[in-house]
Amino acid sequence: MPTFEPVLLRRVGKESGQSLAGYRADGGYQATKKALGLAPDEVTKIVKDSGLRGRGGAGFPTGVKWTFLPKDHPGPIYLCVNADESEPGTFNNRILMEHDPHQILEGIMIAAHAIKCHTAYIYLRYEFGRSYRTLDRAIRECYDNNLLGKNILGTAFSLDVYLHRGAGAYICGEETGLLESLEGKRAWPRIKPPFPAVEGLFRKPTIVNNIETLACVPHIIERGVDWFRSIGVPPDPNNPRDAGSLGPKLYCISGHVNNPCCVELPLGITARALVDDFGGGVWKGRKVKACVPGGISMGFLSAAEMDTPLDFNGPLRVGCLGLGTAAAIVVDDQTSMVDVLFNCCRFMAHESCGQCTPCREGTDWSRKILQRIQAGQGTLSDLDTLTEIAQSMGTIPGTTICGLADGAAWPIKNAIQKFRDDFEHYIQSGRKTAVAVTA
Amino acid sequence: MSALSEDTKQRIRAEFPKYANKRAVTLPALHIVQDEHRCVSTEAIREVAALLELPPAEVYDTLSFYGFFRNESAPLGKHRVWVCRSLSCALRGGEELLEELSAKLGAEPGETTTDGKITLEFAECLGACEGAPCLLVDDECHMNMTAASADDLIRDLT
Repeated sequence: MPTFEPVLLRRVGKESGQSLAGYRADGGYQATKKALGLAPDEVTKIVKDSGLRGRGGAGFPTGVKWTFLPKDHPGPIYLCVNADESEPGTFNNRILMEHDPHQILEGIMIAAHAIKCHTAYIYLRYEFGRSYRTLDRAIRECYDNNLLGKNILGTAFSLDVYLHRGAGAYICGEETGLLESLEGKRAWPRIKPPFPAVEGLFRKPTIVNNIETLACVPHIIERGVDWFRSIGVPPDPNNPRDAGSLGPKLYCISGHVNNPCCVELPLGITARALVDDFGGGVWKGRKVKACVPGGISMGFLSAAEMDTPLDFNGPLRVGCLGLGTAAAIVVDDQTSMVDVLFNCCRFMAHESCGQCTPCREGTDWSRKILQRIQAGQGTLSDLDTLTEIAQSMGTIPGTTICGLADGAAWPIKNAIQKFRDDFEHYIQSGRKTAVAVTA
Repeated sequence: MSALSEDTKQRIRAEFPKYANKRAVTLPALHIVQDEHRCVSTEAIREVAALLELPPAEVYDTLSFYGFFRNESAPLGKHRVWVCRSLSCALRGGEELLEELSAKLGAEPGETTTDGKITLEFAECLGACEGAPCLLVDDECHMNMTAASADDLIRDLT
């Protein structure tokens, strides 16, 4: 297979990767110069035409999001950068931040120019201490070199960028939970509409974009729309609603593989090729039992579904919630799906913000039921109860404010539907798994 | 006697210009206080609230949402060690690592060693799944841990 020349990861591992001088030597900040010579609307149009879709999980077209801002707003307009990467299995943004911070800052500058924003916040999960220190140094370098602050590169454009550290809550990755948290409140997601583009941070128009999404922007400006659209899977001509799966994507591979890693590929590689060609295959000579396609919220692919392309549509076609963060977690054939699902449910029960009853109760009861099954006290009717819980919580049945509950429901639905034998056998055999009871 | 030194208060005030209102300084202020005092005491909450011109209950409401902050009844040890238990780590021994560390330190997750040196915690996904199992010492991540390498790491903490 032809190897793909990485774009987003091209500077990872370079000795000069983190410094401004190194970034400039590799052509950095040329895209900013180019973008600042264009009108904001022209920059937005380029990003819209590129077909770039958000890399954080929802896959919403980035340029289209930018056009949702009110026209001729007096400001301020805010850009909030979502660096609260917390979806289990996902670590691509951390790699970008630790190894090539200026690529991200350049994306932020161009996006800020496009949306006429003069204050940007990077909401960074607290646990990423190394990312914090790397970005902090890079931001100071930018201020010292007229790349941030007033009249950037001698133009009329001014921008301040601030790092804001979270405090260990997964829900802050939800864009309105993030805004609430930034405002100093509990991170309870907001009812939408109004969407943040209309009423966001401090009740002002706000765009929330993911780190990887913004890292794509300088390359789109520099290399052009046609370059970006030549990579990945074009929109289905028979489906006018399909926005395609264009551009390079960072895929994470972890779990039971020989070579857990992050790799940049054109969107659309199959789960099997990702695991075998880049993840080094399943460890210990074993076979795949299940594979998470894009963070645990997306559910599971079965072994028979490993040829599913990991583009924005592929996982949906086999009953998963979506592409999510494109983080694959491989589970080998010696592992019980009861234990895997318990782990997912425990995570969601811990991270549910508690605002909506179906999610707060549903996540915790599903954890408790799985814990009971693991204690050897499960019954077959537990599987129906779990399915009923999973079908009752989330934005898809319409019972919750945000999508966390959909992400809690999907692993349950997929696991019980696709791996029912595993659950029945576990329950009927009277098997037990010793687990820590800390909830 | 004030819970927060003038220097601490000054560091909190230095955050104000970054935000449209003082309330947004809640998390930065709580981090500043906890980093220094190893907890956020009730008196510190009152003083932070006064600086931010908020009712103390609002600061407490925010604080209590993030399981990250401690009050004076359970202050943090000198170092906080978080062991990841989420799926990618659990598939490669994360839970066993947490148990082994817990036994070694004589502290359950959430507890602090009797010498006050280490607070052990479980963590949900630390975002370092290519190096599973991983753990965090304060805010520095360590990957591909074994019981032996975790042992060495903790012994060397000062």
